[in-house]
Amino acid sequence: MSETMTGAEMVVRALQDQNVEHIFGYPGGAVLPIYDALFQQNSVEHILVRHEQGAVHSAEGYARSSGKVGVVLVTSGPGATNAVTGLTDALLDSIPLVCFTGQVPTHLIGSDAFQECDTVGITRHCTKHNYLVKRIEDLPRIIHEAFYVARSGRPGPVVIDIPKDVQFASGTYTGPGDVIHNSYRPQVNGDTRAIEAAVDLIAKAKKPVFYTGGGVINAGPEASRLLREFAKLTGFPVTSTLMGLGAFPANDPQWLGMLGMHGTYEANLAMHDCDVMINIGARFDDRITGRLDAFSPGSKKIHVDIDPSSINKNVKVDIGIVGDCAKVLAEMLRVWREKKYQVQAEPLKSWWGEINKWRSRNSLFYKQEKGIISPQYAIERLYALTKDRNTYITTEVGQHQMWAAQHFHFDEPNRWMTSGGLGTMGYGLPAAIGVQKAHPDALVIDIAGEASILMNMQEMSTAAQYRLPVKVFILNNEYMGMVRQWQQLLHGGRYSQSYSEALPDFVKLAEAYHAKGIRCADPASLDAAIQEMIDYPGPVIFDCLVAKEENCLPMIPSGKAHNDMLLPDYEGAIGDVIDAKGKQLV
Amino acid sequence: MKSHYSDPATAQIIEKRTLCVLVDNEPGVLARIAGMFSGRGYNIESLTVSETEHEKHLSRLTIVTSGTAAMLTQIESQLDRLVPVHKVVNLSAKATIERELALVKVAQFGAERSEHRMEALRLATAFGAKTVDATLNSFIFELAGPYEDVERFINLMSAIGLVEVSRTGAAAIARGAEGL
Repeated sequence: MSETMTGAEMVVRALQDQNVEHIFGYPGGAVLPIYDALFQQNSVEHILVRHEQGAVHSAEGYARSSGKVGVVLVTSGPGATNAVTGLTDALLDSIPLVCFTGQVPTHLIGSDAFQECDTVGITRHCTKHNYLVKRIEDLPRIIHEAFYVARSGRPGPVVIDIPKDVQFASGTYTGPGDVIHNSYRPQVNGDTRAIEAAVDLIAKAKKPVFYTGGGVINAGPEASRLLREFAKLTGFPVTSTLMGLGAFPANDPQWLGMLGMHGTYEANLAMHDCDVMINIGARFDDRITGRLDAFSPGSKKIHVDIDPSSINKNVKVDIGIVGDCAKVLAEMLRVWREKKYQVQAEPLKSWWGEINKWRSRNSLFYKQEKGIISPQYAIERLYALTKDRNTYITTEVGQHQMWAAQHFHFDEPNRWMTSGGLGTMGYGLPAAIGVQKAHPDALVIDIAGEASILMNMQEMSTAAQYRLPVKVFILNNEYMGMVRQWQQLLHGGRYSQSYSEALPDFVKLAEAYHAKGIRCADPASLDAAIQEMIDYPGPVIFDCLVAKEENCLPMIPSGKAHNDMLLPDYEGAIGDVIDAKGKQLV
Repeated sequence: MKSHYSDPATAQIIEKRTLCVLVDNEPGVLARIAGMFSGRGYNIESLTVSETEHEKHLSRLTIVTSGTAAMLTQIESQLDRLVPVHKVVNLSAKATIERELALVKVAQFGAERSEHRMEALRLATAFGAKTVDATLNSFIFELAGPYEDVERFINLMSAIGLVEVSRTGAAAIARGAEGL
């Protein structure tokens, strides 16, 4: 099926052949031919964002909530450089994206032409792979290859930089079926002997814990199903990273809550005291491990990851299994059943006894005082009023993000979109737009802070244009809350530049963006206000005025171990918790 | 092991490792590999690269790097996950022939001029270096050999009147009949 067409037409045709229905982008001089080709067809819908960073985050939200590859189209120079933050975000959180960037014509490359930048040079370190297409002959192969690379193995963003003359050039198009990559073939099936050894170790475990991560989500719904099956079969406790929330249902009694810096007491102590740790698709990130030399000192560690470089990177493990989480979990279950393994029932019972003791500390405790909304209470009410709906949550970055992770509970994968690795303020609103595009009938809420939301506020205009009824739920404490909290912890409460001065009137701002604005400062009227937001058929900005100096707890202070957590009932001076050495850490 | 929360570097054994990396010879591939090293804070002691299989457009890199055992394993994994990389082989784990080429310019022989000229030539012969250029007061020697031999030769020449050295870095290949 070879046909002659222009490079620009090839781009659109390849998108159709890759079953792409939506792309997020912003036009400019160096991509005009592609925009012209888009204009002349109806199968690929283009969503016009208001800033290229927004386009990439939208595509991320779209990809994470749908399991598809997100697609971005931006122009050369500033179009490409504005996309860099989003690309880096997608790289760190392993989100499959293909980002097309326009480039100046090939004969002008290197001449410092207008809107020229070295896009492949700039994006080399923030993409999984990138291409500069210098010949029309290479274009169809590269596009299909890019989709393959983006979605295979550990997913990630791929940039295709296409000079304008290549977009105009005419060549022969070939379909996706003809592409076989000659070097990139990630291993998806785990090594059988390693899996057998792991299952044997699991069966012998007296104090086990499943530590799961974003890899389970990325491996598709089947991986979550298999994880649940394995957890049910063994009765082991399950905790997850920020990225993995929803893979295991939060309403299950085996669920310990999130682990890590702002994880629950029971999850972190289970990690610290376990004898067998079963890491499925998580990467021992520093937000998880705390002090490495005191990280789960007595455990044997099993690590399943599709990226071999993740294994033994931060933490030395006893059994490393390279493979797709779903495939490896299926194999583990097969081996477990075939060899008729049984769990260590008695020790497991006393392990649960220990865990339940930790649980009774109620580490997510907070005070809801009269007259002022506690941020945690706001999230809890938001959850209570939306949990029976088809709800998707995105967040910005900071305290509100951690409170959302702690107090909004997820029972399904792909429902929770947050910037984990890079920690990008401004992620949530454009991500929500992408999610809403993928799930037009769903309730999509961006849980935000008043500082983060202003970083990509312009995307409200996109929501208005496409009538996307996204809800922005701002926990407004008039501080960059996490920065303030760290300044309280580390810098004697000197709140240098962390006060949100001269905030806009968010209700008026909503109205300016053709949306509805709601403000609530009273716990007594919070439920009604949230209900009003849910019931409104269009986009809403909800300005929820909350307690100003609430800290996000529990917390593993920097430089401390899992069993050295700061709990909400701590009565000492919080500024004295972290020592000089800990203060140097991030 | 690197982390926000790692221990301060304790006395860990730093070893050298020679890696052979087979890559698609496409634009930017060298920047991708060199950038991975600099971006992640790894050392490159030497790096040589050339297309070795023209019809398949495959280039072969020989990278000499150093670090702790864990770091070196991580370097191999990080190289291997780059899309255009076909293969990463740890040549230090095998019986390997490693050679580098040095061009060594010797001149300014000092007061004992003729004695030093003779000595330079004698050493060159002893090391099996070729004299590729000569003037009345200078030589350029070409020496191919293992890293240590080249080092020794250059050290000796320093005493006589070393002006300039150009070295290629190591190229390496495993012994025996087996290919990569």
